[in-house]
Amino acid sequence: MTEKYEAVIGLEVHVELKTNTKAFCGCGLSFGALPNSHVCPGCLGMPGAIPVLNRELVEFAIKTGLALNCKIAEFCRFDRKNYFYPDLPANYQISQLDLPIASAGYLEIESEGVKKKIGINRVHMEEDAGKLVHQGSIMTTPYSLVDLNRAGTPLLEIVSEPDIRSPREASMYMEKLRSILLFLRVSDCKMEEGSLRCDANVSVRPRGQERLGTRTEIKNLNSFRSLERALEYEIKRHIELLEEGGELVQETRTWDEDRQVTLSMRSKEEAQDYRYFPDPNLPPVIIDPEWVERVRKTLPELPDQARERLMSEYNLSSYDANLLTMSKDVLDFFDACVAEYNEPKLIANWVMGELTRLLNQNNMEIKDCRVTPSSLAAMLKLMEQGTISGKIAKVVFEEMFNTGDAPEKIVKDRGLVQISDESAIKAIVDEVIAANPKVVEDFKAGKEKALGFLVGQVMKASKGKANPEIVNRLLREELSRP
Amino acid sequence: MALTIEEVEHVARLARLNLPAEEKNMYAQQLSSILDFFTILNRLPTDGVEPLAHVLPLFNVMRADETGPSLPRDEAMANAPLAEDGQFKVPKIV
Repeated sequence: MTEKYEAVIGLEVHVELKTNTKAFCGCGLSFGALPNSHVCPGCLGMPGAIPVLNRELVEFAIKTGLALNCKIAEFCRFDRKNYFYPDLPANYQISQLDLPIASAGYLEIESEGVKKKIGINRVHMEEDAGKLVHQGSIMTTPYSLVDLNRAGTPLLEIVSEPDIRSPREASMYMEKLRSILLFLRVSDCKMEEGSLRCDANVSVRPRGQERLGTRTEIKNLNSFRSLERALEYEIKRHIELLEEGGELVQETRTWDEDRQVTLSMRSKEEAQDYRYFPDPNLPPVIIDPEWVERVRKTLPELPDQARERLMSEYNLSSYDANLLTMSKDVLDFFDACVAEYNEPKLIANWVMGELTRLLNQNNMEIKDCRVTPSSLAAMLKLMEQGTISGKIAKVVFEEMFNTGDAPEKIVKDRGLVQISDESAIKAIVDEVIAANPKVVEDFKAGKEKALGFLVGQVMKASKGKANPEIVNRLLREELSRP
Repeated sequence: MALTIEEVEHVARLARLNLPAEEKNMYAQQLSSILDFFTILNRLPTDGVEPLAHVLPLFNVMRADETGPSLPRDEAMANAPLAEDGQFKVPKIV
């Protein structure tokens, strides 16, 4: 059934910028601060307060526009979007309607080796609303409490073209967009904290049909996972409805994470009438080409370029290169480590393997981590010199992660130096052979797997410190004796 | 151009205004006469005139991204009819 239809998806992404101050007043940004401790007459929406545009917001917007291959507008303007909601004290949001700062760009995703461009319709600047706090859910709460610390936080809204064809492509688009924003260092992009938010527009149509089907908009997508799940659910719902001969309603739906379903919020008939008009308090912005060029010169290496570099300079696979360029902090860690110890593939394995595993397990980010690029390099050198085995290295690494101690100190304090003394290993090998006559017999009868068990026993008896190569060699020598 | 009562009601609802019936009639007439005036303006030749974005010849009024003072919390909350835990207390709107 799904082969018969094709999904058409477009994403609207809101990203909170990490400027020092709000978009139109000097209040500092303050995620997690005491409620209403970062507010002033401006962001409280008091009559007479005049907004003054934060120059850094414009710089960040130009930077983002350029990184997304957009055309930067020479002339742009702010408009008021009027609606009533308790988190919006002025009863209008300052946004941009028909003259956004950047438009007509694209970003590239790669799915199973095939590159695909996803168009960016526009990037515009706007301000965030405050936060409503409820006791329990909004349905059961007796009233709402309003914290306006977030009101006025600068946002970019980034709108894609409807070029996305599957839930997987949608999350790949989001991942790429997120890594670009992280490389630009314009946002923390934390979906779970709301600094990166996403609404999805989706419709389906029979394959080969040009005309678009009726679309629905899905809100409340707080993770890559819920984005994919919600799209899968919604596409299935559309197809089933059409197959039954039903008709879709153009509406806004919300993703219910607990029940894993989308629910209707409001239909198009009730759609808001925002009565946009130019904000008379904010003079237009003229962006001359010199300004754009100045910003272009400050653009850092972007994920696609970094990816190319890792693949061509270090011969890393596209899979490895992709993972290492998901975040700028991870890439910086990797590059710094390679600068000290030129074994890129090995370092890539440790960064994406043990380090990522421990970070995820402890819900930490690489920049808060106690392991430094230098200490990882030092540990890998100990491995290369044969001071520790690969197995012990994992123990040492975990200890480095937990304590921040240098690998040399951990190896010394805990007596983890690899045993490469053949006579010492030989003694253990003899013991293990004597203790496992049945297994020895199996091996001699041609059961190659039995050797693995014996190696394991020797390693265990040496508390993991025996040099595995020597263990293997000595075992084979002993067992091949008639 | 005569505005209908329904249109007046729609605009009033958007502005959260509760109008008595006689005022709806009054505003229908007043708003209609304003719209009539625009039909006069519409007769002016405006070919080649850029849409006006702002009434003052001002551009690029911007400030540096430097933190200024916020209000003390008690002052920020001073006008709140209802407050709880340093937050504005409002009816819930679903």
